[in-house]
This record gives sequence, C-alpha cells and structure tokens, in this order.
Amino acid sequence: MTIILNHFSAALVFSIFASIVFGITHKETTRDMVRYGLYCFGLFLGGVLLAGWAMWVLKR
Amino acid sequence: MANSTTEKSKASAVTVSAMSVLAPAIGWFIPGAGHMIQKRWIRGVLLFISIVALFLLGLAMQGRIYKANGGDILDILGFVGDVGAGALYILTLAMDWGQGAIAFATADYGTKFLIVAGLLNFIAVADAYHIAIGKKQ
Repeated sequence: MTIILNHFSAALVFSIFASIVFGITHKETTRDMVRYGLYCFGLFLGGVLLAGWAMWVLKR
Repeated sequence: MANSTTEKSKASAVTVSAMSVLAPAIGWFIPGAGHMIQKRWIRGVLLFISIVALFLLGLAMQGRIYKANGGDILDILGFVGDVGAGALYILTLAMDWGQGAIAFATADYGTKFLIVAGLLNFIAVADAYHIAIGKKQ
C-alpha cells in the first residue's frame, strides 16, 4: 500500500505527531502539555509557511 | 528506629533502580510502553499512536530504512534514528520492508518520517526514565 501526500499534508501530519510527543515529554501538567503542544504545532506550521514564502521570494 | 528508616530508603532505592532500567528498555522496544508500565496510560497511548503512526506512514510513503552496515556518515545517522523505533525497526528489517522507492517523490518524506519516529521515541524513552527516577511526575 502506497500513500502519496503532498508537501503541505506531509508537513501537517509531521507537525501534529511531533507536537503531541513534544507536549507530553517537555511539560509536567496536562494543561501545560496541551499548551506547549499547540505552541509547537504553531511553530512547525508557521515555519513551513514562512520557509515556503521565503523560497518563493528567492525564486523571484 | 534509625535502622528501619535506612532499610526503607534502601528498599525504595532498589525499586526505583529496577523501574529506571525497565521503563526505558520497554519504552524503546514498544513506543509509549515505558509510560504505560508506570501507570501514565494516556501519555503512553498518545506516544504509542504518534510514534507508530509516523513510522507506518513513513513505510507507506515508500521510505527507506537504514541498516547497520556502516557506509557514509549520513547512513550511520539514519540508522541511529531508525533504530530508535525499537520493535518497529526490528519488524521492518525482518519483513524486508523499507526498501525505498526513488520513483515516488514523497519517498524522501517517508525516509525522514521513519528517522523522526525513532528520534521521537528516544525522547519518549528519556521521559520515561525521568518519571522512573522521580525527576518528573
């Protein structure tokens, strides 16, 4: 079985799972885990969008 | 009085040591299991789902698994990342999966997913160890 994800979908999936693991392993309380996980997710996705636009600017 | 206190702290030290070895070991072999045996069920299940999903997606995207056959430094680093997945890595080698497929553009993403799943499991193992030694709740 082969799954083909586009670039953004792959980045999204990666961000979700990595953020869950980071949230659990870096914080103590449930509230802090959820907040940190969401923060990491935002950074991952924001980084992907920023890098994409930066590459577009460079290509121009 | 003093003797019974000393004996109790020695007993608790022995208990902590056994779990401090068992939890990381079992956590490496089965992602999240190091947390589950310490009764952190939700954390363990979430870690299991996240790491296993990343690994299986990596295989499904025709990613390549690295073997311990030396080669250049990037191959060695890839192996170090992959081996972090524990039983998943062993099963992949045994079933001859993870051959990689240059034909698929996303196979490169798959290779990275496999490596990152292993690296995330290393982080989870360290977390299980910290819980076992009482450094973290």
